[in-house]
Amino acid sequence: MRVVIPDEFKIRFRYPARALGLLGAVLMIVSIFLPWAYGHDALDDMTFWGAPSPLQLFFVVLPVLLGLLLAIPLVGKQRLGALARMVAWNTTAKTAALASLVVVVIATASIAIELGGLVNVDPGAWVALLGGLVAAGSTPFLPDSPEPTLDRLKSPAWVQILGIVAVMAAALFLAAQALSYNDAGSFITFAALLVGLVLVLRQFGVFDWLRVAGRSNNRVLVLSAFVVAFLFPFTQDGKDANMSIAAQVLIFASAALGLNIVVGLAGLLDLGYIAFLGAGAFTAAVLSESAYSHVNWHPPFIVTVIIAGTVSSVLGLIIGAPTLRVSGDYLAIVTLGFGEIFRLTMINLDGNDGPYVTNGSNGISNIPDLNFFGFDFGKAHTILGVDIGRFANYYWLMLLVIGLVILVFTNLNHSRIGRGWVAIREDELAAEAMGVNTFALKLLAFAGGAFLAGVAGAVKAHHDVSVTPDQYVFLESAFLLAAVVLGGMGTVMGVLIGATILKLLPEKLRFFSDYRLLLFGLLLVVMMRFRPEGMIAEERRQLEFHAEDEELAEEVQEELALYHDHLHPERGSFEL
Amino acid sequence: MSTEAVPAVADTAVLLDARNVTMQFGGLRAVNDVSLQVRTGEIVGLIGPNGAGKTTFFNCLTGLYQPTTGSVFFDAAPLPAKPRLAVRAGMARTFQNIRLFHNMTAIENVMVGMYCRTKTNAIDAVFRLPRHRREEVESTRRAKELLDFVGLSGSGDTLSRNLPYGDQRRLEIARALATDPKLLLLDEPTAGMNPQETRQAEDLIFRIRDLGLAVLVIEHDMRFIFNLCDRVACLVRGEVLVEGPGAVVQNDPRVIEAYIGSPATQDGSGDA
Repeated sequence: MRVVIPDEFKIRFRYPARALGLLGAVLMIVSIFLPWAYGHDALDDMTFWGAPSPLQLFFVVLPVLLGLLLAIPLVGKQRLGALARMVAWNTTAKTAALASLVVVVIATASIAIELGGLVNVDPGAWVALLGGLVAAGSTPFLPDSPEPTLDRLKSPAWVQILGIVAVMAAALFLAAQALSYNDAGSFITFAALLVGLVLVLRQFGVFDWLRVAGRSNNRVLVLSAFVVAFLFPFTQDGKDANMSIAAQVLIFASAALGLNIVVGLAGLLDLGYIAFLGAGAFTAAVLSESAYSHVNWHPPFIVTVIIAGTVSSVLGLIIGAPTLRVSGDYLAIVTLGFGEIFRLTMINLDGNDGPYVTNGSNGISNIPDLNFFGFDFGKAHTILGVDIGRFANYYWLMLLVIGLVILVFTNLNHSRIGRGWVAIREDELAAEAMGVNTFALKLLAFAGGAFLAGVAGAVKAHHDVSVTPDQYVFLESAFLLAAVVLGGMGTVMGVLIGATILKLLPEKLRFFSDYRLLLFGLLLVVMMRFRPEGMIAEERRQLEFHAEDEELAEEVQEELALYHDHLHPERGSFEL
Repeated sequence: MSTEAVPAVADTAVLLDARNVTMQFGGLRAVNDVSLQVRTGEIVGLIGPNGAGKTTFFNCLTGLYQPTTGSVFFDAAPLPAKPRLAVRAGMARTFQNIRLFHNMTAIENVMVGMYCRTKTNAIDAVFRLPRHRREEVESTRRAKELLDFVGLSGSGDTLSRNLPYGDQRRLEIARALATDPKLLLLDEPTAGMNPQETRQAEDLIFRIRDLGLAVLVIEHDMRFIFNLCDRVACLVRGEVLVEGPGAVVQNDPRVIEAYIGSPATQDGSGDA
């Protein structure tokens, strides 16, 4: 599939390639001043001469980057100094050209589809397409540049902190922007643009630099991430649609992170994990003041949360104690069965087939909103002149929950217990023979993961207003597992991204949600073939998937040596 | 040289006492009525041709297998039935084919060995309570000490899969020592080593003995084992053929026969 261009061509054609690439970039930049579409309804109205639409302005970032990447090396190696070697100019330009082309193609296709035919595509889009083709066709003839070494750049702490904060602010702005697009074409175009931008920056070495900066300023990184997440509702201006999605994403992500303890850290395959979320939700529902609950004890929510978590983890112990002695596929089958047993049990606790607890398949509805010291989660509040609606309240509560989940995840991972889990994954027999209590550790992963799911479930019950057994089907377990695998087993960031993608895309793209099983299935197959360790790879996991890659082993070793928190036990290790 | 050491330890406590151990797999009797004692401060060798049942016997001693009949006493108490509990009781082992945690660094491997001697629980770890900090600092210090002891000072941050072969063997010994054992069982510690590495291993085992540990070694390298051991037992077809000081076992005609065949036609020198 990959076309290899011989090096001699790359040497011979390097000047024409650079010139053509620059021409392509200029064409694309010029194109945004031309109309792209004939009708007003396509994307965000690209029908004006000389007045680019917001989407066109965002798009132009890619060709501008491409132009800079191609033009800056022209000043000569001497004047660039250390930067000449630190940045992979040519390779990044190739990525930028390809990304521009893909975005133009998607935009053009969206215009054609939304307006009903290619005839509605105006000259601007054709010029952009031509520019994209010229750039993407010529840049591969540039000589390859060596790997970027921007991460070796020594920068003072304030620059690092500024960099982290800038990236976080950009993330907030771009996320709010992405969510503001409600038609499929604009959303996909913008999403493709973001993906392209991320790939270009990664090739440039920005993320390597950020990783180094984040490591030495971990507190700043974590704090700014949470501040940005906290500020997100303020960008929505009281609109509930996106906040509802955001709250759901956080609930889904907390559950996925809990599952990540079981799957990613302890290496156990659990196909019935949604049952623990369900157990937490039902516990909270039964203890709430809903009329469908016949339990007359209504403890404060904080107590409910602890009870919900405990109920889930006791279920985890009950299912785990007998089954954790079997391993691999057998465990998967048993947990799969457990998920179904849970759902059927909840259906049967309806007062006819069993004692009345859950109101059977109708579930418990009309669960009242939470109320903390007079702060009613169901009502909109005005904070700093911005309306903060019901879903934003739950979003903030879930932010606390996910903070707890991340804390548990990272601190367990970086401890004696985490080392035990790695040892079990590597060689269970040897671990046992070295005195590691493998059974207790696996049980702890099971019960701990279940506890966190129970806590998330308790919030979910109030957020959703009603809890029914059919919300907790096998498919949901499969989606949680997909989020973990897709994002990167054993990582926090990866699973957050995986969960966001899996929850956000079906919400934003109607047509996507019709085919979501098919598309996610395809996505998983492709991922397993080309990047089994997930989008964000955990170093050790990556090695497990690429056992014979010696070069990778060296890299991972460097990475781990830098990272070694047992060697700095005094440092807290709340990390993203 | 090794014969002189025997009287010195003869009156120390018996640490490991295997009495009439028999291990039966279906119709195969891999270990038949074997008795062996190891005393504190003693290095005992276990030799025998391939398939003699050495490793099976080892597995009976470490709790991996339950002997069909017979019993194993460790430190004057019956040996616990699980490997993990045997380790807690003070028995550590290495493996014939190295079984390190390959994707963990050397120091992490050693720290896994310390698992059974530390008590940090999930609550301590999640909330970074004093016990977590104290034990992490202490484990790190001890792990570095052990890496120094086996001669891997500079390799703490190396992934164990990236270590040279001989170093992997030494790391396995460091990991076993991290469990704070009274008895160390080494399954072919010099397999695949060159003569220089073998000498280093020998030196290391002497130093471990000098720490006050007992060592039980399975080995094929005869020069190595007779240099090292105070006593040697020769296992053939699941039974102890001879047991005694190295010089005695070395010259026993039955041992020579077991290794290189009957001396009826040629005079075997026994230099296996």
